[in-house]
Amino acid sequence: MKIMAAQTPFIAGMPLPSGEEHISTESVEIHPDVALVERAKAGDTAAFEQLIRQYERQIFRTANHITQNREDAEDITQDVFFKAFQKLDQFQGNSKFSTWLVRIAVNESLMRLRKRKTSKTVSMDQDVETDEGSIPRDFAEWRPNPEQNYSQSELAEILRKTIAGLPPGFRTVFTLRDIESLSTEETAEALGLSVPAVKSRLLRARLQLRERLSRYFRQNKEVSK
Amino acid sequence: MNCTDFLAKLTDYFDGHIDPSLLAEVKEHLGSCHHCEVVVDTTRKTIDVYRGNQTYELPEELSNRLRAAVMERCKMSGKMPNVEVRPAKSVKA
Repeated sequence: MKIMAAQTPFIAGMPLPSGEEHISTESVEIHPDVALVERAKAGDTAAFEQLIRQYERQIFRTANHITQNREDAEDITQDVFFKAFQKLDQFQGNSKFSTWLVRIAVNESLMRLRKRKTSKTVSMDQDVETDEGSIPRDFAEWRPNPEQNYSQSELAEILRKTIAGLPPGFRTVFTLRDIESLSTEETAEALGLSVPAVKSRLLRARLQLRERLSRYFRQNKEVSK
Repeated sequence: MNCTDFLAKLTDYFDGHIDPSLLAEVKEHLGSCHHCEVVVDTTRKTIDVYRGNQTYELPEELSNRLRAAVMERCKMSGKMPNVEVRPAKSVKA
């Protein structure tokens, strides 16, 4: 099947939820997820389980990046798919199913952060005002293949530490756009932000991470801070 | 184009969405500004290193456990029209 954004009420080779036969003169190709969703809506548990299989890793990673807590990410992954199941009828296929899931995951993750910091509001708007990281300060060149100077576990720890230091809003945008490779438009849709807002936050997130990683990867081995 | 103008275009430049008329200006600035050249190189590397090293992987065992738990919750919710029990359509007291 080809991936297409077009909406269609008919899925070739599959009965409609009502069970009626439908013969289309034009064979419209749709995203395979839409077919799975329609089957799940019609009561096919295997189809829903297949959707979980396809996206559980992405949802877990996204939740883990935002919350920085593995147990929370496990709970959130469960909650996301359960909520998706409960709201399956609301998914109209206007966006990718994965983007719809990611949006639920981001909301659940931010809610979890909010609960953790009961006195503080955590939302996508929380850290917009900060200018930190908008202006590069470190202009040191990095060593060639700097990550090779660290063991896999050391590197993983460095990456975890540096991304954990980002404000949640920036971390979320960087995670979706650069780690999960969503497009700018999909990221905007998943976060309920405008495209310019995503671009602005992405720039800040990238520059802040760059500055933080520079401490480890720069040519001269002095630690800058 | 100065460094501030260049930075404003950095996201579009990385994403390859820069207006062709501006691309020449961007490249010209990069050719003459070592600081911006370093920022581009190291920012690109920042993205690559995160993409290349998945920090949070889901082990198979945990994945199986999570999936089973979700399916169980769905079934318990009563909203899942289980295919196997579908014939029990008109069960009324």
